[in-house]
Amino acid sequence: MARAISTNKKISNTAVAGTLGFFMFFPILWILILSFKTEEDAVRAPLEVLFGSGWTTEGYSAVQARSDYFKFFMNSVIISVGSTILGLMIAIPAAWSMAFVPAKRTKDVLMWMLSTKMLPPVGVIIPIYLICIKFDILDNRAMLVFVLMMINLPIIIWMLYTYFKEIPGEILEAARMDGASLKDEVLYVLTPMAIPGMASTALLNIILAWNEAFWTLNLTSAKAAPLTAFIASYSSPEGLFYAKLSAASIMAIAPILIMGWFSQKQLVRGLTFGAVK
Amino acid sequence: MSTKASRSSARLMISPAVILLLGWMIIPLGMTLYFSFLRYNLLQPGAPTPFVGWENYYWFFTDPSFSAAMWNTLILVGGVLTITTIGGVCFALILDRPMFGTGIIRIMVIAPFFVMPTVSGLVWKNMFMNPVNGIFGQIATGLGFEPIDFFGQIPMASIIFIVSWMWLPFATLILLTALQSLDQEQLEAAEMDGARWSSRFWYIMLPHLARAITVVILIQTIFLLSIFAEILVTTNGGPGVATTNLTYLIYVSSLLQFDVGIGSAGGVVAIILANIVAFFLMRMIGKNLDA
Repeated sequence: MARAISTNKKISNTAVAGTLGFFMFFPILWILILSFKTEEDAVRAPLEVLFGSGWTTEGYSAVQARSDYFKFFMNSVIISVGSTILGLMIAIPAAWSMAFVPAKRTKDVLMWMLSTKMLPPVGVIIPIYLICIKFDILDNRAMLVFVLMMINLPIIIWMLYTYFKEIPGEILEAARMDGASLKDEVLYVLTPMAIPGMASTALLNIILAWNEAFWTLNLTSAKAAPLTAFIASYSSPEGLFYAKLSAASIMAIAPILIMGWFSQKQLVRGLTFGAVK
Repeated sequence: MSTKASRSSARLMISPAVILLLGWMIIPLGMTLYFSFLRYNLLQPGAPTPFVGWENYYWFFTDPSFSAAMWNTLILVGGVLTITTIGGVCFALILDRPMFGTGIIRIMVIAPFFVMPTVSGLVWKNMFMNPVNGIFGQIATGLGFEPIDFFGQIPMASIIFIVSWMWLPFATLILLTALQSLDQEQLEAAEMDGARWSSRFWYIMLPHLARAITVVILIQTIFLLSIFAEILVTTNGGPGVATTNLTYLIYVSSLLQFDVGIGSAGGVVAIILANIVAFFLMRMIGKNLDA
């Protein structure tokens, strides 16, 4: 199959793809640069920004001073990690039983679960909003953890199911022949094999919850607002400072960019529901 | 192999998920449907909320912003789908070839997908599309052109551009995955038989990608119908209603004007629209589930 590919060909391929990558990545690169400039320098012409001005980290400290950045960051962490852990606790048993003890209707149940993900958020936001007002839990972190858990639960169940399905049944039989009890099977055979899948599922769902903007923007105001809402507060004209906006944006997307690096493959699995392999 | 005992314990294990999802689906759906038939405004607390039949739907459909919003939704979804599908195929073809530094180039192309919507909206709006301080404006001025006021003159095109930037990586990644499962020997055989690149693309690669392209279109449509944050931080649906899509219109009538009745009627319309797309998507997923 493998054909010899000339180095020249490879170099030209790299040049084309690299240019593509550069243009796609450029906006992120640009705010990274602007975040290390003073406000005065950040609005100068692009070439002057690059070569005619100094570097500073005052943008980053200004973000924390202007508004309590750390609080928003912690809200994002609590909401995304919390909703993922809660989701895993509910999804693991469900996916487990569907993968290892399939019944006649397992497929229908799975399909129905996926279909709930396709409900548009505007179709259900009004009741949720009114319920939150009624019970006085608007702008509440626990409420957001629950809401985002529900939003992503179908994806979590689906991903876990596909990972569990990949564990060969023969291994279980072999363990049983060797006299393993059900408890031993779960603890010593299945769990170690399932952990990588669970980790990838968790990673993708933290990313999705971190970037979720419809529910977090509409159900929070100050106390529970995560970074999506914090960044949105920069949209008012009086709050517009390029260096600070850049610094705040970089801090908001950096952790997720790094996690995204590791979860490219899971992204396809999680977001196409197995329709593409 | 499953025994009666294991089956009942399986039912027990799956029930929390089923109950929660069922509640999450039925309670809000039922309430939205119920509210859509009431005259119900949060600005009049304590006022009676009488049953008014189809009145809310009548108001929602005859509101001139409704037809504008439907049209905008169509243009936004259609525009982004066109750009991301065609662009995604091109990107996937480029990234599939042998090169140096595959990993780093790929992560650069995919990076925009991991940027939160409020960040990408604001960064493009201010750092790039601002007519005075944005890069595009400064380049135009530097070359002696009149800079474009993106969100004043071409607001919808600007939003389509931003959203496409975020979703192009998604399409690329899926199409690339699909492309890599293509049988290389088939391509080589065609090449040896003298098939040109264009015919290899048209008769081998594109048919192979057809399924992935359909999936990209369907899944993106589901998400694109709900575009919200990008509009909120850039144009607030304006100028006028130029960038108000269905999601944003419902947000305005329910959460800004507090008209629960009309907002719910809009919500029901949005659910029906999404269901049409979901129907086809679920059929494709279902087919693959047996295999």
